[in-house]
Amino acid sequence: MKSLLGYLSVHKKRMTAGLIIKSLGTVAELFLPMIMAYMIDEVAPTGSILALSLWGAAMFVFAVVAWGGNVIANRMASRVARDTTEVIRNDLFSSTLYLSARQTDEITVPSLVSRLSSDTYNVHNMIGMVQRLGVRVPILLIGGVALTFTVEPVLALVLLAVVPFISLVVIFVSSRGIVLYTDLQRAVDAMVRKVRDDYTGIRVIKALSKGDYEREGFAAINENVVEKETRAGVTMSISNPILNVVLNLGMTVVVLVGAYRVSKGLAMVGELIAFTSYFTIILNAVISISRIFVNVSKGSASAKRICAVLNMPEELVKDDSLVPEKNTGERGTVKFEDVTFSYDGAPALEDISFELKKGESLGVIGATGSGKTTLLALLLRFYDADKGRVFVDGADVRSYEEKELRSKFGVVLQNDFLMAASVEENIKFERDISDRDMKDAAERAKAASFIEELDEGYDSKLTVRGSNFSGGQKQRMLIARALAGNPEILVLDDSSSALDYKTDASLRATLREKYPDTTIILIAQRISSVRFADKILVLDKGRAAGLGSDAELMKTCEVYRSIYESQGEAGGNA
Amino acid sequence: MKKVENNAKTNRRAVAIRLAGYFAKYKFSVIFAFLLMLGSNLFALLGPYLTGKAINAIDLDTGVDFNAVIFYCSLMAAFYVASGVFSYILSVVMIKLSQKIIKSMRKDVFDKIIALPVGALDKMQAGDLINRISYDIDTVNASLSNDILQAATGIITVIGALVGMLAISPALFGVFAITIPLSVFITVQRSRQVRPLFRKRSGKLAQLNGYSEEMISGIKTIKAYGREEKMIEKFAGKNKDAVDAYYAADYLGSLIGPSVNFVNNFGTVLISTAGSLMYLFNMIMLGDISSFLLYARKFSGPINEYANIMSEIQSALAAAERVFRLLDELPEGSADNAEEELENPVGDVAFEHVRFGYDPEKIIIRDLSFEAKAGQTVAIVGPTGAGKTTLVNLLMRFYDPQGGRITIDGKDIKRYTRSSLRAAFSMVLQETWLFEGTVRENIAYGKSGATDEEIRKAAKEANIEDYIEALPLRYDTPVTDGGVNLSKGQKQLMTIARAMLSPAHMLILDEATSNVDTRTELLIRAAMDRLMQGKTCFVIAHRLSTIKNADLILVVKDGDIVERGKHEELLEKGGFYSEIYNAQFE
Repeated sequence: MKSLLGYLSVHKKRMTAGLIIKSLGTVAELFLPMIMAYMIDEVAPTGSILALSLWGAAMFVFAVVAWGGNVIANRMASRVARDTTEVIRNDLFSSTLYLSARQTDEITVPSLVSRLSSDTYNVHNMIGMVQRLGVRVPILLIGGVALTFTVEPVLALVLLAVVPFISLVVIFVSSRGIVLYTDLQRAVDAMVRKVRDDYTGIRVIKALSKGDYEREGFAAINENVVEKETRAGVTMSISNPILNVVLNLGMTVVVLVGAYRVSKGLAMVGELIAFTSYFTIILNAVISISRIFVNVSKGSASAKRICAVLNMPEELVKDDSLVPEKNTGERGTVKFEDVTFSYDGAPALEDISFELKKGESLGVIGATGSGKTTLLALLLRFYDADKGRVFVDGADVRSYEEKELRSKFGVVLQNDFLMAASVEENIKFERDISDRDMKDAAERAKAASFIEELDEGYDSKLTVRGSNFSGGQKQRMLIARALAGNPEILVLDDSSSALDYKTDASLRATLREKYPDTTIILIAQRISSVRFADKILVLDKGRAAGLGSDAELMKTCEVYRSIYESQGEAGGNA
Repeated sequence: MKKVENNAKTNRRAVAIRLAGYFAKYKFSVIFAFLLMLGSNLFALLGPYLTGKAINAIDLDTGVDFNAVIFYCSLMAAFYVASGVFSYILSVVMIKLSQKIIKSMRKDVFDKIIALPVGALDKMQAGDLINRISYDIDTVNASLSNDILQAATGIITVIGALVGMLAISPALFGVFAITIPLSVFITVQRSRQVRPLFRKRSGKLAQLNGYSEEMISGIKTIKAYGREEKMIEKFAGKNKDAVDAYYAADYLGSLIGPSVNFVNNFGTVLISTAGSLMYLFNMIMLGDISSFLLYARKFSGPINEYANIMSEIQSALAAAERVFRLLDELPEGSADNAEEELENPVGDVAFEHVRFGYDPEKIIIRDLSFEAKAGQTVAIVGPTGAGKTTLVNLLMRFYDPQGGRITIDGKDIKRYTRSSLRAAFSMVLQETWLFEGTVRENIAYGKSGATDEEIRKAAKEANIEDYIEALPLRYDTPVTDGGVNLSKGQKQLMTIARAMLSPAHMLILDEATSNVDTRTELLIRAAMDRLMQGKTCFVIAHRLSTIKNADLILVVKDGDIVERGKHEELLEKGGFYSEIYNAQFE
């Protein structure tokens, strides 16, 4: 189990040292009122100006120690906060990338993003603030009580009596705060989703004149955020007045009790003054602690969200019991054996079987939602099949290390990802690929022509998600990326849909000619894109409606024939 | 340089004035809050004075005057409690007030997003808008409910403490005054040095966040290529920059608190020493020293906070400025003058010498003219990037042409209100869009008050009924990011069902069926043909088989119409159209 404390425990020594230095500085501050009391009660009556000045100088030294101790301790605290956050954030990013697809679906991408950004920021703030301001109050309270006991035990008891009240308020408010801020964060998430949603769908909203409807929907969400925020704010704001009242009443009691003690000759007036000073010092510290309440509440809620990701069990690990089967098959082969899979109960694929030899090609065609993309997800082991087995190079996909398995593939996903980086970086995609291979791949993917026409060629920058390129250009860059690694198996999911027929046809011809040994799996909507394949798998509602060559399917598969007819001459006048 | 700074300053002032405008709506709450604040602070400020009085009554020379001590102590207790109650009420009032303001600001921002022309939104990023509506408004909120109060409290406390100290002993104040320029110097100097570091800190953090958002959106691809380690390595570099920038700001910032405390303690040293001396010469009573010390501490508290508050107010003003800048964007239709309603149009549409480019410097449609008679189907074909979706943007007035005009029933579409113009079309766009809500809500989106029967009928016609019936909650199944796993095609079917419901007069299909298998497409087309009767229809697609029945085919290449006519005519012509048509059989 990973926890924030676990991450902090690495810095135990540094934090302890910091705490000691901080304590020294803080206690030095507490000596000031004591010295003052001594000056008033003991030194002043002697009438020695020199002695008073010397004691004054001593106070000054303590003030300097207090300053130095706090500065050093604060800087140490900042360093601990920095180092801890750096590690947490790196771990979180790495955990995020290694989550299984199912886990990613469960947490959702926007939530993962906000965990990495605002949550780690909140934790950073919290670690720093607690060490700098949070520990000051306990030190002042403990140090103050200890110190004053030596001077005037009865008055010290008054100070001691205040401690439980302060602790209670702090504990109550901060624990309520964590709950309330978690609620608030949820409401804010909903608001962010709404804005993102409407930004994406603005054309539809405008086309259907749904502005008012959207405004109403937002008003409800806004109302909810305001309500949650008010509740959190009102709860938090009770701490300051209560702490003020408690400490000020304590000071009043000190004066009252002090008067009695002084009249009995058990205490001195200077000591009384010292006590009122203590209360004021503590009060100032307590007020600054209430400023960190919000930080701590937000930070703890954030730490929970971060740890939830860090502690996700590792899924889709290599199954060692399957290792012996390995390396028995030929490279570049793919086999599905009675594969069944569902996302959440609703079956997405049922009893799918097929086999591909090295260099063979498979076309997958079928209606929307028939399970074509799911097939790819199982092949790449984004998910594990519920039943049946998937083999690559003759070995079960579960017998590979994730990386080893995926290194065999060149993939273009539906709506695939392009980075805000240069064309070159997008094609090479952080792999060791030579410029020559990159250019060859671009040439074969029919991308070279438009890339070379760009002002900066392969150095041209893409904007986020490649929005400065057309759909067809993006698809060709993605295909270039897949080809550049000279994969054993090439998988293209609906990745030529934005190409015109002519480019699409010439791309297919190139694949046949230049990659005779590459096994190709091609998912498409257009029958013309899959007809050339050695085998064609026709999917219908997750089941195989047909498997065979174009000629075979035309004879035997009714579904295939009707697709063909609808896309060919005969179906034109439906 | 100076001028820029001055500009920034006047700008800030304008922002502050505008923010104050939001307060003006809640005059009474503001006045109430001000009175509470005054009361709470004045009561709190009387405390040290009374403490001094009580201690004076304990003076040893005259014996302890218990009556006086009890009197002053009860007053103290009463005042402190009253001050606490006032300050709590004050906080509640301020939170309610600032939440009201924040709520209306958020509403303004959202309304503006909805009202902005699509062209303006296309230039902004979703993340940027989200930042403004959440983070920026949050910052303003924190400032409104906290900083203003603290600043006002600080001013009253400083003045009150000053008055108190002067009243007790001008001589002692003279000694204490040495520390004032010191604390002012520290806060002003330090906050000036820290500010650019803070700016750098947020800049680096924004870069890091941008990077992680981008990478996580591409997580599947990164996995597919096994590039996790490389991306983690890159992330670590950016992370290091971010935490280092944070530390650099902290390193200097961590000096402020202790330094101000030091000045404060130095004040105590001076007061104790000078006070003891004065007490030695009977120039001051002990209780007065006590009061003076307490006032001195009160005096430095707000000064300690000054740097924090100022930097928070600065960032709040900057945030408010960003929000206001968005609010100041002109809404769509702000330049419109004609407000004619387009009601039951016949549906004659014509483009007359239309000239357009998203960037006026880069014209992509040079000179486009064509006519579509009522009830006709116009098919627009051509390679990607040739400018086909641009026609939709122009028809719906998401963008306006730079030259020429578009008419419906012979009148320039600029003469109609946008809402009536758009209501005359139903459309299925290339980007399918579903929002968070149930399946039912998503389909009914096209027609408010649609009955269940109508919704079911639309779903059936769009061939999504079987799928919906198989869902766990059927029409009540929520459609969310984390919810149902809708494929691209299923999403599109839903939007088609939505268009089915719409009672529009003209239809736009932008790549409408490119994600649906052809079998389903045939059924949809049949339903749409029924739906389209008597209406003008624009189809934009690559799939030539589906548009062969079009009354007019426009072949678009590089922005211009290069060929026009019916399918057979174009094939006979043997031009660009026949070239791309024949490519599919190669």
